[in-house]
Amino acid sequence: MKKLMLGTALLAMTASFASAQDVVRMGTEGAYPPYNFINDNGEVDGFERELGDELCARAELTCEWVTNEWDSIIPNLVSGNYDTIIAGMSITAERDEVIDFTQDYYPPTESSYAAIDTGADLKGGVIAAQTGTIQAGYVAETGATLLEFATPDETVAAVKNGEADAVFADKDFLAPIVAESDLEWVGEGVPLGGGIGLGLRESDAELKTKFDAAITSMKEDGTLNTMLQKWFGEEIGTY
Amino acid sequence: MFSYCSDPSSLEGFSWLACYLTNGKHMAFYGSFGVVMVLLLITAPAALAFGFGGAIAARSAFLPLRWFGKAYTSMVRGIPDIAFFLFVPFALDQGIEWLRHKAKCPDWEEPIRQGSDFVVCSVAKMPLSSSPQWVHETYGFFLAVLAFAIVFGAFAANVLFGAMKAVPRAQMETAEAYGMTDRQAFWRILVPQMWVYALPGLSNLWMILIKATPLLFLLGVEDIVYWARELGGAKTSIFAYPHPDWRLYYFLGLLVFYLGLTKLSEMVLSRLTYRLSHGQATMAGDAQRKAAA
Repeated sequence: MKKLMLGTALLAMTASFASAQDVVRMGTEGAYPPYNFINDNGEVDGFERELGDELCARAELTCEWVTNEWDSIIPNLVSGNYDTIIAGMSITAERDEVIDFTQDYYPPTESSYAAIDTGADLKGGVIAAQTGTIQAGYVAETGATLLEFATPDETVAAVKNGEADAVFADKDFLAPIVAESDLEWVGEGVPLGGGIGLGLRESDAELKTKFDAAITSMKEDGTLNTMLQKWFGEEIGTY
Repeated sequence: MFSYCSDPSSLEGFSWLACYLTNGKHMAFYGSFGVVMVLLLITAPAALAFGFGGAIAARSAFLPLRWFGKAYTSMVRGIPDIAFFLFVPFALDQGIEWLRHKAKCPDWEEPIRQGSDFVVCSVAKMPLSSSPQWVHETYGFFLAVLAFAIVFGAFAANVLFGAMKAVPRAQMETAEAYGMTDRQAFWRILVPQMWVYALPGLSNLWMILIKATPLLFLLGVEDIVYWARELGGAKTSIFAYPHPDWRLYYFLGLLVFYLGLTKLSEMVLSRLTYRLSHGQATMAGDAQRKAAA
């Protein structure tokens, strides 16, 4: 009997030890609604919060949310301050050299221009984009003058106060802003990036497998599609 | 906060504003004023201590120590703050984790540097990834304090070094004539008199330190400027309290805060100057003596 109790106690201890190791810190920007943002209670909210919590539940991980500035989001991941980037980060070849991505949980979509004046010059004018995004890279190649900002919100503000002619960003980020303010779509959408995936350290293969499996299961039972439509509307591409 | 805040979309006017200004996000904003004040109150003495150490080292009779003091002041003063802030906390953090890794996981075989990844065993993480978020935040906060103290310490060291030289030679000579040792003369004559010469330079540093706190967000510490930008940005109806771009108002609030802090600092510093000038061999000290007579 005593032995059994000792055995149980040991088992309980190792179990709690294991779970203490399993906290996965989810790094996000918290400034990119509806992907991720800080809600009015000061908590991380948005599509990626709901998705991340569901993925952690399916992969049986304990997750904790952390916000970090976009500029230093990759350096902080590789130096181990958190374990994943779940911040609307498109899968690109350049980023893939430094970090690893899971399969995409958000299909490749268009990036779009929005401006106050529908006649804005997209090829020769001043275009605002967030620093270190695929959109900023694209604008730099079009010949337009690129005006970079540290946060997505500032790129929109720059158009409203006349500093920039148009803003170039993910269509789903701009959609609620276009719907609710005097900004309008300008020009054609541009397909950019390979969808959005979770960023992980290249040495974290085990965690990648777990999240990949969780994403696959969400794609298969349709919950991911429901979640996408809930946050981005009916027009969003689904799996 | 208030009972009628449960459905913000039905509110209007004053009650909307009352609920808006007391939501969780605003509470974090108000809390960040405390964070900034605590940071200043810890960093200022720490930087002063670094500066004092640097100044003593720079005028030491022992050559390597003097080199160290000189190298510290000139190198740190020459590096841009932002580069320093991106480098020092990362380097410190990784250095600490590396030491813990060596001590706690001796049989770990994989390399610590894997490409761009920095991988240590999970018990060597600092803080542990299982510790609650506030531990992570406090740890980041103290890394920030250390980085600030090193940077501002270098400037303070230069100011104090100059101040020590400014104490009239006659004072030190008198101390020697009284038979004081070098150490006695330093602590009893030089140090009490140097502050009045150091004060203008130190007050400049204090003012710059007050304004340097937005650098905190580089380290993930959310300061008042971060929250003002975050709260002031235009909010669509996905938020409970949608509003247009209000950054102007938030930054005006910060302006008032910073000006108030500056005013307060000036009052304290001018009183301090008055106190320190008492009985000094300076013009201000002379004027006080004449006024009293």
